[in-house]
Amino acid sequence: MTPFLFTLVVLCISMGAGLVGSLLGIGGGLILIPVLTLGLGVDIRYAVGASIISVIATSSGAAAAYVRERMANMRVAMFLELATTAGALSGAFLSGLVGGRGVYLVFGAVMAYSALVMLKRMGAREEAPVPADALADRLGLHGSYWDEALGREVPYRVTRPVAGLGLMYVAGTVSGLLGIGSGALKVPAMDLAMRLPLKVSTATSNFMIGVTAAASAGVYFARGQIDPFIAGPVCVGVTLGAWLGSRHLMGRVNNTWLRGLFVVVLLWVAWEMLRKGWVS
Amino acid sequence: MSGEREPVSREESSTVAAVQEEAEAVALVPELLISDLLRYGVLLSLSLVTLGTLVTFLRHPDYLVSSEALQRLTAPHPVPHGLRDVVVGAMAARGQSFVMAGLLVMMAVPVMRVGLSLLIFRQQRDTVYVAITTAVLALLGLSFLLGAAE
Repeated sequence: MTPFLFTLVVLCISMGAGLVGSLLGIGGGLILIPVLTLGLGVDIRYAVGASIISVIATSSGAAAAYVRERMANMRVAMFLELATTAGALSGAFLSGLVGGRGVYLVFGAVMAYSALVMLKRMGAREEAPVPADALADRLGLHGSYWDEALGREVPYRVTRPVAGLGLMYVAGTVSGLLGIGSGALKVPAMDLAMRLPLKVSTATSNFMIGVTAAASAGVYFARGQIDPFIAGPVCVGVTLGAWLGSRHLMGRVNNTWLRGLFVVVLLWVAWEMLRKGWVS
Repeated sequence: MSGEREPVSREESSTVAAVQEEAEAVALVPELLISDLLRYGVLLSLSLVTLGTLVTFLRHPDYLVSSEALQRLTAPHPVPHGLRDVVVGAMAARGQSFVMAGLLVMMAVPVMRVGLSLLIFRQQRDTVYVAITTAVLALLGLSFLLGAAE
């Protein structure tokens, strides 16, 4: 394979990852890293570096739209970014300590967990009243969003900000360690622990991911793990794919079917990653 | 009489409309500013990366035919990881340095977003959030400094 062909292949795969990722509401990293490492033989440290850049690109692109529509809660995002950036820093340093094998093992475990979360989200969940929280009041975290289906502004209240902070630290650490956005960990933390509406959780998670990723990207850059030859085409491809997916494909595909297929793929890749970490 | 009154009421209604528009514009500004920053930042970065990739292939025609070059490119090797290396490379019109500059712009976009939020919270005199935002900005700065010191 020549460098030119390699660039083209990486560009196409990244577009595919961005497209699928935008439809499923996850970043492309979870798909991209296995393909780059298992399929194209790229060193996992460079794959992680390329992925973290693509995470920033998709997050910033999507967040531009969410902020305009006021779907993302900027105060909740800012507050939780305290924990995600601290976590991302820890994770990026941890990745230098545990080495390639450890990264494979953690990656496999996170993928398997993400698959289970997506499987669970396919079912409905019960609605209980949101308990009052003094800190959430003090920080003014509550908000409202425009619901297109209902045709009115829907107010919501936020609870357990400290629990959210703790979970976000974990999500940030995983993100820094693996070079993924870890939206699959952030959304449940806001949705289940802090009780934000799912749409707001998804939008806010997207908004936050860029900052979390920038924190670990700084460490990766200084360490020389961001290789322009790999990260360049990945960055362009994922952004184009995500843009195409959110603009032109959203709503035209059957989400349940897609999710089901994706869960199967995730579980298979998790198995491959765990095996590679175990054997090597 | 009615002819005299009409222009006044029209003027009144137009000032009311102007005030309403102004209030709406002021309320919208923070979200729009942040949204534009994100959008144009990403566009600038992608243009630099694309330009750099084109320059690379123009300057290294062997990349189109030789498969040995790929092994050199994907094997573990030193990558420019200081700001100075990137600037020097870009000055020498090295394609990969343009790509790297584009990637650095991408990394800077969220940091600038946090900086902009800080200005907005300060303008709103929201001391709690000024403190929170400053802490996040400090953590981001720390990541670049600590990474460089490693």
